[in-house]
Amino acid sequence: MSKIGVFVCHCGENIGATVDCARVAETSGKLDGVAYSVDYKYMCSDPGQSLIKSAIAEKGLTGVVVAACSPRMHEPTFRKACAEAGLNPYMCEMANLREHVSWVHEKGEATTEKAIDLVRILVEKVKYNQSLNAIKVPVTKTALVIGGGIAGIQASLDIANTGHKVILIEKDPSIGGHMSQLSETFPTLDCSQCILTPRMVEVAQHPNITLYSYAELESIEGFIGNFKAKIRRKSKSLDEKLCTGCGLCTTKCPVKKIPSEFNEGLGMRTAIYVPFPQAVPNKPVIDREHCTYYLKGKCRICEKVCPTQAIRFDQKDTIEEVEIGAIVLATGFSVKQPDFFPEYGYGKYPDVITGLQFERLASASGPTLGEIRRPSDSKVPQNIVFVACAGSRDEAKGIPYCSKICCMYIAKHAMLYQHKVHGGKSYVFYMDIRAGGKNYEEFVRRAIEEDGVNYVRGRVSRIYEKNGKLIVKGVDTLLGAMPVDIEADMVVLATAGVANNDAEALAQKLHVSYDAYKFFAEAHPKLKPVETNTAGIFLAGACQAPRDIPESVSMASGAAVKVACLFSQDELTRDPLIAVVNRMAPPVYSSCVGCFLCVSACPYQAIEKEEIKNRAGEVIKTLARVNPGLCQGCGTCVAFCRTKSIDLQGYTHEQMYTEVMALLNEY
Amino acid sequence: MTLGFYPGCSLKGSSREYAESVLAVAKAFDIAIEEIQDWNCCGATAAHNMNRELSLALPARILSLAEKQGLSEIVVPCAACYSRLTVTQHELAADQTLKARISEVNGMEYKGSVTILNIIQMLDKYITPRLEGKVVKPFNKKVACYYGCLLVRPHEILKFDREEDPQSMDELMLKAGATPIDWAFKTECCGAGLSVSRTHSVGKLSGLIVGDAKDRGAEAIIVACPMCHSNLDMRRKEINEYLGEKVDIPVLYVTQALGLAIGLDKKELGLNRHFVKVTV
Ligand SMILES: Cc1cc2nc3c(=O)[nH]c(=O)nc-3n(C[C@H](O)[C@H](O)[C@H](O)COP(=O)(O)OP(=O)(O)OC[C@H]3O[C@@H](n4cnc5c(N)ncnc54)[C@H](O)[C@@H]3O)c2cc1C
Ligand code: SF4
Ligand code: SF4
Ligand code: SF4
Ligand code: SF4
Repeated sequence: MSKIGVFVCHCGENIGATVDCARVAETSGKLDGVAYSVDYKYMCSDPGQSLIKSAIAEKGLTGVVVAACSPRMHEPTFRKACAEAGLNPYMCEMANLREHVSWVHEKGEATTEKAIDLVRILVEKVKYNQSLNAIKVPVTKTALVIGGGIAGIQASLDIANTGHKVILIEKDPSIGGHMSQLSETFPTLDCSQCILTPRMVEVAQHPNITLYSYAELESIEGFIGNFKAKIRRKSKSLDEKLCTGCGLCTTKCPVKKIPSEFNEGLGMRTAIYVPFPQAVPNKPVIDREHCTYYLKGKCRICEKVCPTQAIRFDQKDTIEEVEIGAIVLATGFSVKQPDFFPEYGYGKYPDVITGLQFERLASASGPTLGEIRRPSDSKVPQNIVFVACAGSRDEAKGIPYCSKICCMYIAKHAMLYQHKVHGGKSYVFYMDIRAGGKNYEEFVRRAIEEDGVNYVRGRVSRIYEKNGKLIVKGVDTLLGAMPVDIEADMVVLATAGVANNDAEALAQKLHVSYDAYKFFAEAHPKLKPVETNTAGIFLAGACQAPRDIPESVSMASGAAVKVACLFSQDELTRDPLIAVVNRMAPPVYSSCVGCFLCVSACPYQAIEKEEIKNRAGEVIKTLARVNPGLCQGCGTCVAFCRTKSIDLQGYTHEQMYTEVMALLNEY
Repeated sequence: MTLGFYPGCSLKGSSREYAESVLAVAKAFDIAIEEIQDWNCCGATAAHNMNRELSLALPARILSLAEKQGLSEIVVPCAACYSRLTVTQHELAADQTLKARISEVNGMEYKGSVTILNIIQMLDKYITPRLEGKVVKPFNKKVACYYGCLLVRPHEILKFDREEDPQSMDELMLKAGATPIDWAFKTECCGAGLSVSRTHSVGKLSGLIVGDAKDRGAEAIIVACPMCHSNLDMRRKEINEYLGEKVDIPVLYVTQALGLAIGLDKKELGLNRHFVKVTV
């Protein structure tokens, strides 16, 4: 005979103000099999939990129903409390009186009735609950970090410094990401390369970090603590061990007119190239799409000049298989290009550039060696216009969100311009200035007050060229929507920060959720900002939303701590709420007929075929078997099995049936 | 096949020559054009500023009439009418209750089965594919194709051409032998209805358009909207006052320019009806 305890929580006013909790407790107490019931203001509080524990001890409860909030919120709390009192934790169930009742209904008789119904259902279910034991799985204490921008770099270093191994993969020939392209950084105007390159070098030299540049994730399988990844190492056409990084090949390569990605197309590079002088690793790769040898079968000059014979034209991509326990996604973001903006000329005016291109112009290592010169004719622009929110905060462009970093970098750009071009005039067209952050507002004020940048509050409707000038048509909304036309020599668009083109595909590969804009989704917007919904996969930096450097670094360190926590355990425990195939002994009698519909149904490839042999070693039957490490407890197989041979622990057919019957029966 | 025709008010009055040129070009290519019987005003800018239901009922009635007449496709040369009809079709397709209500208001069933073509779409669909060999007098002028506000906007509803930098008319004129110029005022506002109430403002807005076309060497401005035409043509006095010079670049409807290119008579195309003399 069951002895079930029902614990009704008020959740302060949350449930208490809408549901008559005392009545729920009282009615529950009269249900068949219920030995004890009580209501209390905060069941999750210490005294609340003590109430449950002492009731288990004193009344000898065999099952517990906590009628409170969502199990997603506090099921672990109450199951733990039960376990502490000596009851198997899986004998505890939660009825959700908050999200399913008080938050969605008006106060009233029917609302309390619904609450009672939910408790009744679970009381019946608990009668059929079975003691279950948590599943233990080992942990591979190596982390995979995907993306070598500042976020990936920071995460790798932090994890490596806790003593664990890290494999860092970067799709480009060098790590560094966008930060390596920046000139100076807000809000302190320190040189980006100067603060970044030491960390890049540290990554390359760290004994715990294996860096695969020019590499991408090919495929992944497994689960938290036990992933297996295949990494595609794209061919660099180079024997990296032999290459000394002397760079002779890059000076001799005859293909010199390829727009440099690092310089955002404002400078050129060769077919065999190192993206920038401080690159890590500082060894070249051959860009096969542009190399004359790969295109036409002739040239091989780099091979001839290479003093160590390091060039390998016949090198192929290789696949590296690695076992890892956790993944940090740090693939960053992209910015919209001017061809996204018909109103600003669809990218046809060379002097309408992006903020990232301006960074290259302002950078001492850039194509103009840090002088602000416009792309069309290398003249120093005397009038420059910065357009904020280009694409961002614009429903019509499909980007309703604020890109967050641009208000700050515009102020930085305008400031750098004023510092470099004396007597130049700069204008910023903005919607409103978003400068939340330590020393951020002060930074923007400095641009306006000390450097004399003209901030005009209004949008730019069109940019067109006339007599060698770019006419910027805007409006000043602080002067009663007065139209303002500025004849500019150069225009910088603070184009929206967006997810990478391949973000969606990567997310699907990893089974990580993503938002409407293809940024990877955090597990909880406030309380789990670096976790994803997939256990063991964490987020860092601008792959989650546009982020500046301080935020990216904080996130990366946060993600690293999560990985370290995971690696601090030798075994992981998982809820045993998984599918099992009926295996009555001897297995020949299992009702499973070996149709393997379940195998095709399982989205996690968790079901295997198992051969049952007789003593002579002959196969007498083939059955389905669920791999407890892989099963996520989704229940899809249960619905598919035509002989009802698979059941989900914790949600068995029997339990579901009694729940439905409880609802239909009068009490 | 027969193509339905909704002229709208302008094409029966101040912009008669637009209708004439549309019909002349269609005739030259043996396209049967059938005017919608008993049509009414589309509501223009007035209706949708006053009453949403009215602004939908007026165009819906026109479309219902076309349905009743058995027309599956209609051409609407006026950009404003085209906009109102298409917006109505879009809004009623999205809201069945509203659709029923509007049918009730009009006392006439509205199905939403008619395909609406603007003039460029009509030309692209039925004429340009058959243009080869027909261009006997290439319109070899530098032309500024002016689209105005309503032909391409709002893009989400019309889904026609590129909203800020449209190309369709330019491509068409290229086929007629003209050289379209790249300019900045393709979709800027001409002043529209302010023509009557604030002629001065139209002088400025249209002046900017004509001024830019002139500065970039255009020899003709090509339009596809009666409102644009009357502002750029009829208000040339105010435009010239604004510009402080006498600019005599003529303004032609796209069908007029095309008509000339295929050798139609100037008078047949109504070119004699313009304020700025068409010397081309
Ligand atoms: C114009 C401009 C100016 C800025 N100025 C400042 C400033 O002054 N101060 C400031 O704090 N912030 C600034 N920022 C923001 C700063 O650039 C970002 O905060 C920072 O780059 C985010 O770092 P990240 O590592 O998350 O992403 P990223 O820098 O984008 O790095 C991501 C890395 O992942 C790699 N990657 C991508 N996809 C894959 C894949 N599938 N597999 C493997 N590798 C992959 C990329 O190649 C890249 O190396 C600026 C941004 C812009 C656009
Ligand atoms: S073989 Fe290719 S990479 Fe080498 S020098 Fe020639 S073009 Fe450049
Ligand atoms: S950060 Fe500033 S410029 Fe960027 S989208 Fe937000 S408001 Fe616009
Ligand atoms: S679906 Fe059922 S009967 Fe078929 S193989 Fe799977 S467990 Fe066995
Ligand atoms: S419950 Fe879901 S994950 Fe587990 S074996 Fe069945 S289908 Fe696969």
